[in-house]
Amino acid sequence: MSRLNTKPNMADADEFYARLMAAHDGLTKTQSDALNARLILILANHVGDAKVLNEALEAATNSARQQAGISGKEGRKP
Amino acid sequence: MTRIFETPLYPYQRSPDQDAPKCVRHPVVVVGAGPIGLAMAIDLAQQDVPVVVLDDNDKVSFGSRAICFAKRPLEILDRLGCGETMVKKGVTWNVGKVFTDTRETYSFDLLPEGGHKNPAFINLQQYYLEEYLVRRVRELEADGKPIEIRGRNKVAALSDNGGFVRLEVETPEGPYNLEADWLVACDGANSSARRMLGHDFVGKVFEDNFLIADVVMDADFPTERWFWFDPPFNRGQSALLHKQPDNVWRIDFQLGWDIDREEELKPENIDRRLRAMLGDDVEYELEWSSIYTFQCRRMEKFRHGRVLFAGDAAHQVSPFGARGANSGLQDTDNLFWKLKLVLDGTAPETLLDTYSAERTYGADENIVNSTRSTEFITPKSEISRLFRDAVLDLAVDHEFARPLVNSGRLSVPCTYDGSPLNGPDTDALPHGLRPGAPATDAPLDGGWLLDRLGNRFQLLLIGCEGPDSLEESGVDVEVLHLDPAKNPEIGSRYLGGAPKAVYLLRPDQHVAARWVDHDEAAVRAAVRRAIAKG
Ligand SMILES: Cc1cc2nc3c(=O)[nH]c(=O)nc-3n(C[C@H](O)[C@H](O)[C@H](O)COP(=O)(O)OP(=O)(O)OC[C@H]3O[C@@H](n4cnc5c(N)ncnc54)[C@H](O)[C@@H]3O)c2cc1C
Repeated sequence: MSRLNTKPNMADADEFYARLMAAHDGLTKTQSDALNARLILILANHVGDAKVLNEALEAATNSARQQAGISGKEGRKP
Repeated sequence: MTRIFETPLYPYQRSPDQDAPKCVRHPVVVVGAGPIGLAMAIDLAQQDVPVVVLDDNDKVSFGSRAICFAKRPLEILDRLGCGETMVKKGVTWNVGKVFTDTRETYSFDLLPEGGHKNPAFINLQQYYLEEYLVRRVRELEADGKPIEIRGRNKVAALSDNGGFVRLEVETPEGPYNLEADWLVACDGANSSARRMLGHDFVGKVFEDNFLIADVVMDADFPTERWFWFDPPFNRGQSALLHKQPDNVWRIDFQLGWDIDREEELKPENIDRRLRAMLGDDVEYELEWSSIYTFQCRRMEKFRHGRVLFAGDAAHQVSPFGARGANSGLQDTDNLFWKLKLVLDGTAPETLLDTYSAERTYGADENIVNSTRSTEFITPKSEISRLFRDAVLDLAVDHEFARPLVNSGRLSVPCTYDGSPLNGPDTDALPHGLRPGAPATDAPLDGGWLLDRLGNRFQLLLIGCEGPDSLEESGVDVEVLHLDPAKNPEIGSRYLGGAPKAVYLLRPDQHVAARWVDHDEAAVRAAVRRAIAKG
């Protein structure tokens, strides 16, 4: 059974990041959202494995939740 | 022209029960003569269980409702004596196409496997189904079977007295009372039985409206299901076109949530929509139109004491998977034999709880599928619309995205995995025919296997020695010896790679248990289990 790889896995991380930013260059928020959605679907299909995808969803959800807790718009609950 | 839905099919007639000095008790009363109530009554009468059907109307259902009937319900209707008429009149189809704007994004071919009596799908107006069912009721009556439909008999009050159900019925000649050992409520999505007994019906309403029009026209569209997302003639919404017999076409327009219903239903506005879609020079006649809002919901349990709920009364789905009537027919298929065994005293009443367990499981499957389709068609948030549009866009060039396009996941038969009635299984036999699954058709001795199955418990001995008959706990089990050498599809479908097999089938043609060899004690135990005695 494969698991979500959360260790560094890209030969040139900086290069990928730059390309991701470049892809969004000059796009409006709406256009960027549309691009992201397509990217997610394309990558998800490439991964395929339901278990890995679930772990990825969970990792992303947890990270987003944490972020919301620390710097969420409504601020932290007292 | 008098249309079928304008003709009284079971006009009111005074029943002797209305003049009886003492309230008459019937073994089974069915409320509602929609497709599900009629199927229920036919199935019971075929088993010689006396049944009375009460309906507040006297005609088939009005206008545009079910049109797509799937293979499994056709097999059930075959057992009821109506399947062949349906298929003969219906339009058989296999291909579905999905368009986004003007481009084709996705298509599917149901590609039915050969060697089955029934096609994957037919389209037929619901009023024909109801008409054929009523005709079948008349046939059974003529054969002296204990079945009766009472038109314009409205159930006005109901109470479950523990040992029986008491009904108050309104007729054009005033009210009368009836009693029933068992009541089957098939009185539709707005079930008054459900309301009168105070049961809930929870689920969700989809915030959208659909204009459904049945149009008579000479058109040369192919016999395919065509679905559009965001077409030029209905911007930002969806549309569907599907063929029915008699040159009738089903057309659906998604309208959105905030609409002026009355305005939309004005003939000139419907005409404007149809013209935009079909062109200005097409001649058509509008047979029926209505605006629907769809919901997905079900009762928590389908059995409450002596009242059993079936069809839309028990569960309701949006129509994109053609799962409404199709699943209601699977309800009555599940219920008829259980009710018969309980009435005969052969099985304990707890067998009826398994009706609820198995069919709520089936309803959940339908609700999940219909909800997913509806959410794809009517995205509920900005982000779900974003992903939906991304899928539709990607699907044009990328094969991977096409299975994500969801314009309706069409009704498939339910396998009762995990049912308390299921007996032993073995890995050596094909997975698709595991306990809980409906038997698969196959050619048999010049006819069809399924034509030989159902209505009683049966033991299939496939390439296997065994007895010629069997009786267990009051249940007569018919034994069928099948020769896989003479019937190769039975070999491939029922044996897989195994040399022989034994299948115990329930009266609804579902597999109860199976083995790779005959073992009488094991079969007996499985029969007891399948009638809730084990
Ligand atoms: C637009 C549309 C498209 C659809 N397409 C499909 C499809 O393609 N395939 C599919 O399988 N399903 C489809 N369905 C669903 C299908 O129409 C229903 O699931 C089906 O009609 C349910 O049958 P029923 O017998 O349970 O209820 P109904 O057909 O609603 O019948 C209930 C009956 O009970 C009677 N009744 C009600 N109250 C009382 C009372 N108090 N006393 C006596 N009688 C009473 C009514 O008069 C009626 O005759 C569609 C539905 C819609 C709206």
